[in-house]
Amino acid sequence: MITRPHLRGAAALAAVALAATACGSSQSAASDALRIAGPFEIHSLEPSSDGYFFTRLHVTETLVTADVEGNLVPGLATAWSADEANKIWTFELADGVEFHDGKPMTPENVVAVLQKMAADAASPLADVGVETIRADGSSVVIELSEPNVSVPATLSHYSTGILAPSSYDADGKVEKVIGTGPYEVAEVSLPSRIETVRVADWRGVEPDVEKVSFQAVGRAESRAVMATGGQADVVFGLEPAGRERVESTDGVDMVSALQPRTILMKMNAADPALKDVRVRQAISMALDRESIAEAVLREKDIAATQLLTPTLADWDAELEPLTYDAEQAKALLAEAGWKAGADGTVAKDGKPLTLELLTYPDRPELPALATAIQAELKKVGVQVDVEVTNSSEVPAKHGDGSLQMALVAKSFALISDPLPTVADTFAEGGSDWGTMGWSDPAVDEAVAALMAGAEGEEAAQHRRTIVTTAQEQLPLVPVSWYRMNAAVSDRVEGFQIDALETSWRITDIELAG
Amino acid sequence: MTRLGGVIARRGAQALAVAIGVSALCFVITQRLPGDIAYRIAAGRYGYDMVDADAAASVRDELGLDRPLWQQLGEWVADLLRLDLGRSLVTSQPVLTEVSHYLAATLQLAVLSIVIAVIVGAGIGVVAARRPGGFADRFSSLWVAGVRAVPPFLLGLLLMIVLSAQLGLFPAVGHGDGGIVLPALTLGLSLSGLIARVTRDAVVEVRGSAYVEFALTKGLPERWVLVRHVLRNAAVSLVPYLGVQFVVLIEGVVVVESLFAWDGLGHSLVHAVFWRDIPVLQASALVLALLIVLVNTLVDLAVLGLDPRPRGRAVTA
Repeated sequence: MITRPHLRGAAALAAVALAATACGSSQSAASDALRIAGPFEIHSLEPSSDGYFFTRLHVTETLVTADVEGNLVPGLATAWSADEANKIWTFELADGVEFHDGKPMTPENVVAVLQKMAADAASPLADVGVETIRADGSSVVIELSEPNVSVPATLSHYSTGILAPSSYDADGKVEKVIGTGPYEVAEVSLPSRIETVRVADWRGVEPDVEKVSFQAVGRAESRAVMATGGQADVVFGLEPAGRERVESTDGVDMVSALQPRTILMKMNAADPALKDVRVRQAISMALDRESIAEAVLREKDIAATQLLTPTLADWDAELEPLTYDAEQAKALLAEAGWKAGADGTVAKDGKPLTLELLTYPDRPELPALATAIQAELKKVGVQVDVEVTNSSEVPAKHGDGSLQMALVAKSFALISDPLPTVADTFAEGGSDWGTMGWSDPAVDEAVAALMAGAEGEEAAQHRRTIVTTAQEQLPLVPVSWYRMNAAVSDRVEGFQIDALETSWRITDIELAG
Repeated sequence: MTRLGGVIARRGAQALAVAIGVSALCFVITQRLPGDIAYRIAAGRYGYDMVDADAAASVRDELGLDRPLWQQLGEWVADLLRLDLGRSLVTSQPVLTEVSHYLAATLQLAVLSIVIAVIVGAGIGVVAARRPGGFADRFSSLWVAGVRAVPPFLLGLLLMIVLSAQLGLFPAVGHGDGGIVLPALTLGLSLSGLIARVTRDAVVEVRGSAYVEFALTKGLPERWVLVRHVLRNAAVSLVPYLGVQFVVLIEGVVVVESLFAWDGLGHSLVHAVFWRDIPVLQASALVLALLIVLVNTLVDLAVLGLDPRPRGRAVTA
């Protein structure tokens, strides 16, 4: 007889191996930390690449910040003002601000950080035309070469978070994130984990949560298990199947908010087929957006009826909504000379209408939406080839002019004010993530006037010009809006989703039990 | 110990050839991949919707990507000879730190997976071999088919739901507090099927051999026969097989690592390809290639020690 003792031995060994690695497990015991999980990884400590982790976690602070509705409110600057021409901006710094290394924050520290970002192509501060940045008493003065009204909004961008001089190594690279916020970094383990603790004697109101941990989890399935199994308190970015599981689980709820982000098709208006506005309109009309949103995103009401989300109140001009009308789409194509051929594909001069639609998998719904669009357009005789690739192919192919259509998720509020993004989107001659081969003199004029500081009714009129023209001309075809969601455990009280994701508002949260 | 020396010299030469071949190949392949490399790196650095022509241009400029290819490759080889693997193009961290961090995580996972696979697989195999065609043998066939048929992604998800979400035994993701258990179990159980099969066949074969019969006949207790004759001889076929499995395992951790948010080499390799992070890619491929040579060396040495036959020695004596 050889088996029994050996079997028992093997089982015991297995148990020991498991127990040895599992020492101190049992994570479901309520921890004193607020545990956040999300899809994105932390690749770098440089503020211009992944700085948003540290602003959202309240480690670093910007001069200006945004409240839950996206209005600008004081951050490290208590007040700001511009000269008549909107070319010289002065930011008055708050008193008694200390870095986490115990050193006081000086205007010179702030100047050094902002100068660095003004020279960093990945920061929006590099696009405002900074001439000089200097300290003046307890304030910081930014002089521009061109008028710009969006400087305060730009200074709410995470890349301009103020870091202590001791954050940098000898080469000027960030080696530790030492900020001024109510939380300081306890540990960073690239690319997936950040742990922070509450700063003792912080200058403002002490937050309730003592420790926070962020864990990057790439797979949505894994995040859903964490949310339903109580292994994280706040889980961002669940897919429809995961959302449904969370909704049927006790002790955890879904919270969501519409974001100023639109999933849209960037059209090359210089393309032989797409330069005809009727073809672009036909493509737009061929999309049954509600069904697509329902089928792919399981949320019918985020089907886009216009380019900018209605939550951007200043920009909402009560436009005639984009509608679905396949018959009208076919008629428009016919009018533009694209007649239905034998195989169902429309053709002109014997050439079938075949378009390439580029998209990328960073947001998992994009490839699925692209194939839904492909199916819709097939019904009106437009053949679409979907190409799922790296996101950077969109600007690369924009650059060499070979792009036809690209399905992208575009944020219209990278900073708190949509204006610079809108201006860039409709820039004369096109832009990487905006229009391509399209321009309209009325829109150019309106953008220039807004950037130069137009106000009140005049500004509203310019905004209306831009959105109305975009709705009629369709250089960008909106498909769906975007809802940011989070699964939130019952032990978290006071959680709010900030539409601009400026911060995760941890300071407003209380942890029960 | 000339045979030992022979193995080491042969494998050493192989390691060098592999290192040179893999690095050059890696470089050429990355350059041949479609898409503009500067845009890809910029996407990795700044996040996907912050990439524009300016960001790509500044990356191209900073990294000198418009220099001739032979210059870029030459520089890398020169650095490698000084044992300097450079810095990641995306994270700016030294590649050596980054890759060794990922390698350690992957090795940890791979070793524990093999341990689990051997305990479960060899355990089932030995029991099944006791009576070929019996209940245990039929169960082992079912086990082999079962764990081979379920893709690791699905198996991982099932384990996660049952052991983590339902029973709360282990955390679903991450490196702390027993986070290794579920990914290791997923990989280990996947591998255990074939190991069970190989063990069973090897044990059945050895048990039917004349020397086992002789050992039993001369009155050795069955347990001793199993340990000293059957298992040792069966191990001679099992160990090289395990070596192969270890290699497959290292290559196969990609899915499991991303499911369990385990920051290992597979995970970093995928990102490096996606973002054209050439130094990280070259270093990862290099490390993996050398690891395979190392595993093969260890297998050779283990077999050398295990195999009771006087192979290679003068048999004339």
